[in-house]
Amino acid sequence: MFRRSEQDKRPQVQIFVDGVAVAARQGDTVSAALLASGQDARRSTAVSGAPRLPYCMMGVCFDCLVTIDGVGNRQGCLVPVAEGMQIEIQKGKREIGR
Amino acid sequence: MTVAPKREDYDVVVIGAGPAGLAAAATSAEAGLSTLLLDENIGPGGQVFRAIASTPVTDRSQLGADYWVGADLVQSLRASNAEVIQRATVWSLDRNLDIAVSVGGASAFVKAKRVILATGALERPFPIPGWTLPGVMTAGAAQTMLKSSALVPDGRTVIAGQGPLLWLLAAQILRLGGRIDRILDTTERGNYFAALPHAFAFLTSPYFAKGLSMMREVKAKVQVVSGVTELSASGDGQLANVSYVAAGGKRETLPADLLLLHQGVVPNVNLAMAAGVEHRWDELQLCWSPVLDASGSSSVAGIAIAGDGAGIGGANAAVVRGRIAARAAVEALAPAAAAKLPAMATLRADLAKAERGRIFLDTLFRPAPQFRIPSGDTIVCRCEEVTAKDVLDSVAIGATGPNQLKAYRRTGMGPCQGRLCGLTVTELMAQARGKTPQEIGYYRLRAPVKPITLAELAAVPKSEDDVKAVVRG
Repeated sequence: MFRRSEQDKRPQVQIFVDGVAVAARQGDTVSAALLASGQDARRSTAVSGAPRLPYCMMGVCFDCLVTIDGVGNRQGCLVPVAEGMQIEIQKGKREIGR
Repeated sequence: MTVAPKREDYDVVVIGAGPAGLAAAATSAEAGLSTLLLDENIGPGGQVFRAIASTPVTDRSQLGADYWVGADLVQSLRASNAEVIQRATVWSLDRNLDIAVSVGGASAFVKAKRVILATGALERPFPIPGWTLPGVMTAGAAQTMLKSSALVPDGRTVIAGQGPLLWLLAAQILRLGGRIDRILDTTERGNYFAALPHAFAFLTSPYFAKGLSMMREVKAKVQVVSGVTELSASGDGQLANVSYVAAGGKRETLPADLLLLHQGVVPNVNLAMAAGVEHRWDELQLCWSPVLDASGSSSVAGIAIAGDGAGIGGANAAVVRGRIAARAAVEALAPAAAAKLPAMATLRADLAKAERGRIFLDTLFRPAPQFRIPSGDTIVCRCEEVTAKDVLDSVAIGATGPNQLKAYRRTGMGPCQGRLCGLTVTELMAQARGKTPQEIGYYRLRAPVKPITLAELAAVPKSEDDVKAVVRG
């Protein structure tokens, strides 16, 4: 859906998406890194299980909700990637205790 | 950058680091007031100057001169003594000017003598069939990724809607080598005639020449279909097709991987409304705007609103409104220091200049009813997955307004707190009940205006009185 421009010279940052290593760039948000990865990053909604991807990328729509380092329902579009970050694509409701 | 505020009290707290917030905080701090700027994003800039301090798009011509203006604003801010905290989510503001802010998973509380809200705008909901499908995003979302991560669309891409941002985004995508297959222009034909009386101010504003050259640049490379009156997205769990009806009534369907929607921006009202600021329905801009005096002061003493949150005026107007609100704060708190700042009359003249041509744009790009007020199975509330038919069924059995509708359908009660459905619900219910949007009203908004965890609330420091108030025995 999206690709990186050649002029992007930012250093790489390795994150893990459901355990799979993904190359992101320093300064990417989690959502941008997921959309750039080419992987299936669709979450499923808490209400009907419908698949969704980020819609607004500016912190208002909450369609980018994702589990980051074990904490559920984070807004992926507001969190910058960090080396070794563990991302889990959220399926349905946030789990209790996460 | 992401540490808690250094003090408990400030003269001025500015919320939002877009054009208005950057200008307001710098002005206030330069005049010697203790100033705190809180912003939710990773870096300063808001949406229009997003990633201004970090963008990997280094060829300055690609994002354009209007973008790089933001670098000067950030420089002025950094040269001032303002305290700036990024990734700070303000979740409460009340009439006492007490502010609760979440930074790094913990909440802090600060008190201000003056608050300047610069929470800006968000894109107007565009509730067409299929707008929740993966692969459908806002134009602003694509622009955010372009500015902050140099990402461009590379699959089959359709851009649909209307307004200046749409053309700017298209030009930027093309300059960075991205792909656009077609642009579907939904501007209503009748709007051209309605806007005509306001054309002179527009023709003599800077918007005109810039807009025209950008549209030429895009139209030379992309097929543009104008007069689109119907639009829908479809696919099985992922966008597959975009279907539309253009002038002449012919329906066309084209395969697409990405559909970018845009029909203007509207004030982001959540924090201001939760603080009790009075808002009114703006019949031209078709949104809620706060009731403000000439200095941006709201109905709540001590709270001013600057930038697009005060009513859509664009980035140049936002900067001036930020300076006006900050000057008013300085006049109230440190009158002697105000002499150092540009005179209010000068600022008001700057604002009139920056707002020139706005009525023309508002009239020309006033979105058509069918793209604001959906019907049938089209989703209205994305969070709770409530359709237009669900809303109308609730009206039929007695729901009178957005707040009653919550009890029927939970609209606006999901994590986005009505940001993506509120305007649609108001207009849909107004139409169904034969009332004006002003009569129908809006959701009653309350803190926390952004979700925070119970654990974070529980960890908030408590006094003995706080504990006694809720513990029995």
